Amino acid sequence: MIYNNILGIIFANMHDESVSELTQVRTMGSILFGGRYRLIDFPLSNMSNSGIPEVGVITKSNYQSLLDHIGSGREWDLATKNGGLHLLPPFSHHKSGLYRGRIEALEGVLPYIQNSDAEYVVMCDCDVVTTIDFRQVIREHKKNQADITVVYAKHNFTNTGVGSRASTILEVNEEKRIISATINPDILGEANRSLNMFVIDRKILEKIVSRYAPEGFASFDKQVLQQNKANYKICGYEHKGYYEKIEDIMSYYNANMNLLNPENKQKMFNNSAPIYTKVKDSGPAKYEAGSKVTNSLIADGCIIEGEVSNSILFRGVKVGKGAIVRNCILMQNTSVGEEAELHAVVTDKNVKIGKNKLLTASTKNALFIKKNQKIEDD
Amino acid sequence: MKKECIAMLLAGGQGSRLYALTQKMAKPAVPFGGKYRIIDFPLSNCTNSGIDTVGVLTQYQPLELNDYIGNGQPWDLDRLRGGVHILPPYQTASGSSWYEGTANAIYQNIRFIDRYDPEYIIVLGGDHIYKMDYSRMVDFHKEHSADATIAVLNVTLEEASRFGIMTCDNEGRVVDFTEKPKEPKSTLASMGIYVFTWEKLRKYLIENEKRGTSKDFGKDIIPAMLENNERLFAYAFEGYWKDVGTLYSLWEANMDILESSSVLDLYDPDWKIYSRNMSLPPQYIGPDADIQDSLVCDGCNINGSVKSSIVYSGVTVEKDVVIDHSVIMPGAVIKSGSVVKYAIIGEDSIIEPDVKIGASKEETGNDEKWDIAVIGHGETISSGVSVAPGQMIPVV
Repeated sequence: MIYNNILGIIFANMHDESVSELTQVRTMGSILFGGRYRLIDFPLSNMSNSGIPEVGVITKSNYQSLLDHIGSGREWDLATKNGGLHLLPPFSHHKSGLYRGRIEALEGVLPYIQNSDAEYVVMCDCDVVTTIDFRQVIREHKKNQADITVVYAKHNFTNTGVGSRASTILEVNEEKRIISATINPDILGEANRSLNMFVIDRKILEKIVSRYAPEGFASFDKQVLQQNKANYKICGYEHKGYYEKIEDIMSYYNANMNLLNPENKQKMFNNSAPIYTKVKDSGPAKYEAGSKVTNSLIADGCIIEGEVSNSILFRGVKVGKGAIVRNCILMQNTSVGEEAELHAVVTDKNVKIGKNKLLTASTKNALFIKKNQKIEDD
Repeated sequence: MKKECIAMLLAGGQGSRLYALTQKMAKPAVPFGGKYRIIDFPLSNCTNSGIDTVGVLTQYQPLELNDYIGNGQPWDLDRLRGGVHILPPYQTASGSSWYEGTANAIYQNIRFIDRYDPEYIIVLGGDHIYKMDYSRMVDFHKEHSADATIAVLNVTLEEASRFGIMTCDNEGRVVDFTEKPKEPKSTLASMGIYVFTWEKLRKYLIENEKRGTSKDFGKDIIPAMLENNERLFAYAFEGYWKDVGTLYSLWEANMDILESSSVLDLYDPDWKIYSRNMSLPPQYIGPDADIQDSLVCDGCNINGSVKSSIVYSGVTVEKDVVIDHSVIMPGAVIKSGSVVKYAIIGEDSIIEPDVKIGASKEETGNDEKWDIAVIGHGETISSGVSVAPGQMIPVV
């Protein structure tokens, strides 16, 4: 199979509002994840590893950190002449502005899509963290002679957290056709949850966008999956791999923490399909004499003198002598002063926790500390 | 394409005294310091010093090295004008020849250098660990209107007979230079880093070729320049510098990093050491791990005890393993129950369960013949085997 006929589209700002704590200063796609990544690394790496030669990233606001992160796309092998990476900010042509939904966002980049020779478009958000081979999805899409294929996963909904209220639930028949789509219902038990990844014939996508964009708030799930299931052949593709869906700050916290289970980590980071990210050239992680680190993910450039357990430390985090860090996520360049104690705390970048400070929260309701905040010494 | 100064990096040496570690790769490609290879140090120094054109002369086992350097992007040396160039020996109409000595290697690349029409060239080796601002040395060279400037380091009198040793007058002008003297007259040792005024060096290289000597900078070019009363100056370097030409010194240099960041700071944001990245997930430190006074890199899975050691990228250390004062190179796997002390474990080697490798000098009763144990790249050590201190596998 030749993949030169596929265009990838990533929605970097979609779902921003669900993790507003982290998206105040960045896009959903640039949220830090798993010790050294940003969420967009997953869809970008998946597309690159699937041999998709051209990827457009749709942004809306707050995209400074995203621009800085993806640069020319070289780290994902997308700095190529044939295709490559294209950032698609709003106001890039007369019809594009601050979109209100997926279809309007696509309308904003319609000339870009029309200019492409691609036969298929793979669309993907940044809220699902997983390793997926889009080649398989496209193979199924062709086999089913589908117009649209929606990637979903089986999930057992319980009444903790957001539950099913941030997911589109799909009913799929034996021929893999989607027979119903329910948006954000309140259900319990096992159901097929859309992972906000789609394969669609380019011509059909163009038709849908032109038809529904004038309606403003048009939603792809509502206008297409719900209302057009008779007009188009819409099929489902079950993703059986490990994934995490980020729907609010606690699901973000748990998605990170779940990587501390070596089995999950192994499924997420598959040697044959690496997740690429921007290189920072930090030194190796340093464990000073007297440090105590257990069950944690530690990135390069950390310098640890204290005690760290069940935590995720991003690049360049410093933990002072006698400090205790438990069940925490400490993002890039956080510094924890001597004898400070942190339980279930999520710190954004460049947070400084002073000496002897005690910050305690529970793993059911972690404490979030904003970017650049300084909590001075006691 | 005029450049004021370009660098020529001599990376063709076999590094025969690294034995098992350089059987299949050139010395500059040998992993060092956790996530680096030896060549990262001179290459990063070039970039950080503002030198954007570097010729890397390769000869011995170049595959790994060529692959590693690639287009030079990790060091910002993928440039429109200049950048990194790999320069292997080549065939000409009159025949072909290997690089026969350091000076001959540069001689064979005169055409490459002339393309940049440089005022100065800096000649570097690929077997030293140090951080140095070459631009200051070039400034020094200019200020002294020198023809050649040699970077020097003060060594002890005992060490002096291993180096090129020079004597200087009050102004730092070199009056005498002896390669590896039996009775050293001074302790100013050449670091193998030279800045030359290109026009001058070019002349000497061509003349030296005709003489059919050893074609070496230390043995031929520098003495010939001195003889002709050219302006040679010594540029004193202060800071960490280590020749990693032997297995013991390579091990020792790794241990030096652990000493304190003031010895060799790998975390200085103003002088980063760049390296090619392998896109590995963060390191996972398991529930039974105990890591003390050590460096660990991306992609590792550690669940044993690691003390005073450097664990490179992608290494697995299983439960109930003890690693002490050792250097574990990328991708190695140390299985449950094994003990590794005072040793170097090569890239992608597999140490099966319950293996014992090396010991501290004290444990051997301060045996005079004590040395570190070394396992080469890609070796498998079967379960239950004991590798004595000073032993090397494979034997070469």
